[in-house]
Amino acid sequence: MRQSTDGVIVLRVSVNGESRSAEVSPGVSLLTALREQFGLPGAKNACEQGECGSCTVYLDGDPVCSCLVAAAQAEGRQVRTVEGLAGAGGPAAQDAVQRAFLACGAVQCGFCTPGLVVAVHDLVHRTAENHSEDLDDATIREALAGNLCRCTGYEKIIEAVRQAAADVRSEHRSQRPGQVAA
Amino acid sequence: MIEGPAAGIGDSPPRPDGIPKVRGEFAYASDLSAPGMLHGATVRSPHPRALIKDIDVGPALAVPGVRAVLTHDDVPGTKYYGLISQDCPVLAVGEVRYHGEPVAIVAADDLAAAQRAAKAVVVDYEILDPVTDARAALFDPLCPKVHPGGNVVRHQPVRRGRPGDADIRALADVTVTREYQVGMQDQAFLGPEAGLAVPTANGGVELHVATQWLHADLEQIAPCLGLAPELVQMTLAGVGGAFGGREDLSMQIHAALLALRTGRPVKMAYNRRESFFGHVHRHPAVMRYTHGAKRDGTLVFVTAEILLDGGAYASTTEAVVGNAASLGVGPYEVEHLAIDAYGAYTNNPPCGAMRGFGAVQACFAYESQMDALAAELGMDPLEIRARNAVKQGSVTATGQVIEAAAPLAEMLSELRAMPLPPQRSARDLLPGGYGNTTHGEGVRRGVGYGVGIKNICYSEGFDDYSTARVTLSAENGEPVALVHTAAAEVGQGLVTLQGQIARTELGVGRVTVGRADTTVGSAGSSSASRQSYMTGGAVKAACEAVRERVFDLAREAGFPVGPGSRLEGGKIVSASGEPLADLSRVLGATTIEQTREYRHRPTGLLDKLTGQGSSHVQFAFAAHRAVVDVDVELGLIRVVRLDVVQDVGRILHRQSLEGQIQGGTAQGLGLAVLEEIVTVDGTVRNPSFTDYLIPTILDMPPMGMRILEYPDPAAPYGLRGAGEPPTLSSTPAIAAAVRDATGLALTRVPIRPEHIALAGLALTGTADD
Repeated sequence: MRQSTDGVIVLRVSVNGESRSAEVSPGVSLLTALREQFGLPGAKNACEQGECGSCTVYLDGDPVCSCLVAAAQAEGRQVRTVEGLAGAGGPAAQDAVQRAFLACGAVQCGFCTPGLVVAVHDLVHRTAENHSEDLDDATIREALAGNLCRCTGYEKIIEAVRQAAADVRSEHRSQRPGQVAA
Repeated sequence: MIEGPAAGIGDSPPRPDGIPKVRGEFAYASDLSAPGMLHGATVRSPHPRALIKDIDVGPALAVPGVRAVLTHDDVPGTKYYGLISQDCPVLAVGEVRYHGEPVAIVAADDLAAAQRAAKAVVVDYEILDPVTDARAALFDPLCPKVHPGGNVVRHQPVRRGRPGDADIRALADVTVTREYQVGMQDQAFLGPEAGLAVPTANGGVELHVATQWLHADLEQIAPCLGLAPELVQMTLAGVGGAFGGREDLSMQIHAALLALRTGRPVKMAYNRRESFFGHVHRHPAVMRYTHGAKRDGTLVFVTAEILLDGGAYASTTEAVVGNAASLGVGPYEVEHLAIDAYGAYTNNPPCGAMRGFGAVQACFAYESQMDALAAELGMDPLEIRARNAVKQGSVTATGQVIEAAAPLAEMLSELRAMPLPPQRSARDLLPGGYGNTTHGEGVRRGVGYGVGIKNICYSEGFDDYSTARVTLSAENGEPVALVHTAAAEVGQGLVTLQGQIARTELGVGRVTVGRADTTVGSAGSSSASRQSYMTGGAVKAACEAVRERVFDLAREAGFPVGPGSRLEGGKIVSASGEPLADLSRVLGATTIEQTREYRHRPTGLLDKLTGQGSSHVQFAFAAHRAVVDVDVELGLIRVVRLDVVQDVGRILHRQSLEGQIQGGTAQGLGLAVLEEIVTVDGTVRNPSFTDYLIPTILDMPPMGMRILEYPDPAAPYGLRGAGEPPTLSSTPAIAAAVRDATGLALTRVPIRPEHIALAGLALTGTADD
């Protein structure tokens, strides 16, 4: 990381698998850097104090509230945002979690959706990797307690988590045909 | 693009904005930008009431990067606006009336500079004692006037029968009198207020904003800018939730003023703190009710005084009072009643529309009263409700006949039949969540009920129309429809529904719903649970007009199109379903475009003295049962289950409908146990999501749901507006369940831990029955 004479920092970070760099003011959050400098407005700024989870992104594989991470803290690290989940495949491509949110009606205004999609992506992949067979209601609720939604009352989000978990579990199984889930 | 037959009315096709929303690519108002754009910031009053002696913008203009600093002196047109009365200044004129009122606005090259400049504006205030008590504001002759015309925004009496007469009162075997309070709830939509104003070459301005009603915005904005309405072009930006909080203007005029002054695009985006000051809230209420009933539970008389604190500016207080007054006894038959609903001006934060709109506050009070009566009489809470419930043909408090179905009796028995959750077990989460504070020794379970009645569409004579333009043409041998309205998609799924209607009416697979803007006539507001009814009705009417033109074309071409013909699967088919002509072939190179305005039946005014009148279009009903666990020692509440029964006339899109019912129920839970904007002497103390708590996924219980379909013949497809009713009844159901668990009176929502824990000391040692 370099700091120029006017106090601006040159930030280098891997975003959705691409090496990116941008000049940011010190003290700017990762959320602001993503939205303003890297042209990735998917992470949302609903509270900017870590209460709502709308800005959730992966930082080195862990979900974080990007509003609480200084952009400079992401120097040299891997950031993955909601825009990076579906991968290549065109403008309508969707990851299993995104598909489940749509299929289950878990999206209304959608402002919480990007953060929830990342948080659920983390939950279902962790569960599948640990070969856990089932996500019970309490586990889902505890895992998502940091993501506020004002529209849905969460019922359809829970349905979406279950569907995504099932889809991701079968993806994991088909990727490892010799293994049996515990 | 959604295609195929399974995408019409009654199906649940995916929402067309869904893919960009899950991919993080949907452009919300706060995501917009334009080349050369400036950033705006707002200077807000730190005082709830003060005179402005002087404003010095000099230090702000000296901040590097600042392009404009404006005060009320710079408002070129009308300096006041408002949805009903134009009493709200664009920027404070000589006086501030609430904490957070906009005083000056700034535009600068970047947001940081704009914020620095906003801080640099020097405002010399002479602080005055704020008026913060609605009762004093309304009735104390010594109370200062918040506005020159006095502090009463509206007083609406409703009178039927002889509730004050001794012979009537003597018919009541029991009488209960209680005073209830409802705290100030916030819509707390997740996408804060934001928008982009772009000056146009003709001296006008283009606004991209998140709003609930583009045309009402335009009608308020243009006069303040001193511009002809045609010089203001409005386009809907992505809306991150609304719930009433985007009915009033926020940054619209400010951004436009800055854009016109600087000649550059200006973006204004509030953060969460500013959002709490940037929109009106739900009216806090103080309500004194007396109910008299016979031994068998039959209501004899009801009297009610409902005080609604409208805060500093009128917003929609007038209409909120009309709702509270006309729906003040709930979905019950009452022969003798006297209701007085008041809306007050105070120096508290301005209040206006929030989901449920005046009906929410009254519902908490009248449902609590029904429970109080049941307790006095030793009756089952569902039985006393069923005994008094309105039905088709009943007369409301204002003398209006309920013409459509009102299946309250069935709803209540459905609710009773829904299975209760099993008794609490050691594995269940304790109230208070994962905090290791107790082992649940003081936890009691309670069950409670709530029923509500909500008016659908705008009431009291308002010309509440919606406009739709539908275009049909053939592209590459395939019929294609375009639907264009100004209706605001705020998350509820209206864009999906417009497509479903076009597919059903025109029998085509490919339908595009155009972006909402003001190049088409008004659609009215995404409020009052009215858009399926009104814009749905307009799209249906425009499609029917298009269909008639198609039939004309077909007849001209010699096809035998007779009565009862319809469009289906890209064909004109006869009444018996026999294909008559291919739609694309009939259309050829012709494009058919039809625009229609749709109106519901006219409504009447409420008499100023008696409140009598048929003021509502349609009534909708929901009923909830809540099961709660309460730690009576710690005062902590966990809602274990919320079951709901709602009549919706006809299901148009089951998945969206369920989402509305679940989401509305959640907001009712928030009001019951969590949500309140706390003010001290008119100053807001909790403008953040750290201090203003909305329900998390851990606060929400599983919800059972039964949806009834008793069609309303007057409404498109028989539908009944559905978004608001569940917000009414979930609050009193939860409060009743907490009362059941604690034995406390609990006359105020939100119920706070201290309301239970401190009162609950007396409970220590009682048997866990």
